[in-house]
Amino acid sequence: MTGRRALLAGAAALPLPVLVRRPARAAPPPPRIAAEVAAAFGGRPVRDGRVSIDLPVIAESGNAVPMTILVDSPMTPADFCRVLHVFNERNPQPHVARFLFGPRMPRAEVSTRIRLAAAQTIYAVAEMSDGGLWAGQADVTLGFAACMDNG
Amino acid sequence: MAEPARWTVRVFVPPVARRGEAIEVRALVGHAMETGFRHDHLGAIVPRDIITVFSCRHAGEEVFRVELSPSIAANPFFSFPARAMESGDFVFSWIDGDGRAQEARAPIVVA
Repeated sequence: MTGRRALLAGAAALPLPVLVRRPARAAPPPPRIAAEVAAAFGGRPVRDGRVSIDLPVIAESGNAVPMTILVDSPMTPADFCRVLHVFNERNPQPHVARFLFGPRMPRAEVSTRIRLAAAQTIYAVAEMSDGGLWAGQADVTLGFAACMDNG
Repeated sequence: MAEPARWTVRVFVPPVARRGEAIEVRALVGHAMETGFRHDHLGAIVPRDIITVFSCRHAGEEVFRVELSPSIAANPFFSFPARAMESGDFVFSWIDGDGRAQEARAPIVVA
């Protein structure tokens, strides 16, 4: 087999990119925003898990990237997710939004569209009714960024 | 009292639901969400002009609220689940950083 054919055969054997909801990666917040995250929660411990962020692996443009976040919570009056804080790593400001969930929500879930100035990590922290903090994160790569000056 | 705004808004709830049923609620507002980080062609900063708060109420209780930042895309859109509790309106409101506000209603019949 020629070099090019061998390369093609090898490429065919590689797994296809999977475009499904990715499980939240268990890791501390991105270093660039670790201080903001710690300040937002007064240094309270944040555990990894219960928050899954659905973002495209590669977004065509950073102007409006669809994002869905689901928090694993029974949403009963005794045990619910009260607030979902969303942070970004590389926009001019670290905050994306705070979502406040009321008792009328059957699931702690929200979909919206966000701006991204660069390929980066989105980090979300769910504040539960017992005060517990849980976090998830997801990486997204861009075709074009949401520009500061001509977006 | 906030002065009224004139944004184009689109809201959706299913017209009919069973009591306690989980429904999907969607709300969109036409707004540039000017970040305050951009410059015009003369180099001057384009002032920030963003929606700062979105909320949804139903049957006398707040269902959902968002505090927005410039990282929310232009024409802010939110989709979220809610329980249909009684016949009446879902009441949506948007407020910008200058206190301008707008409200929209979507009726639902709960059987």
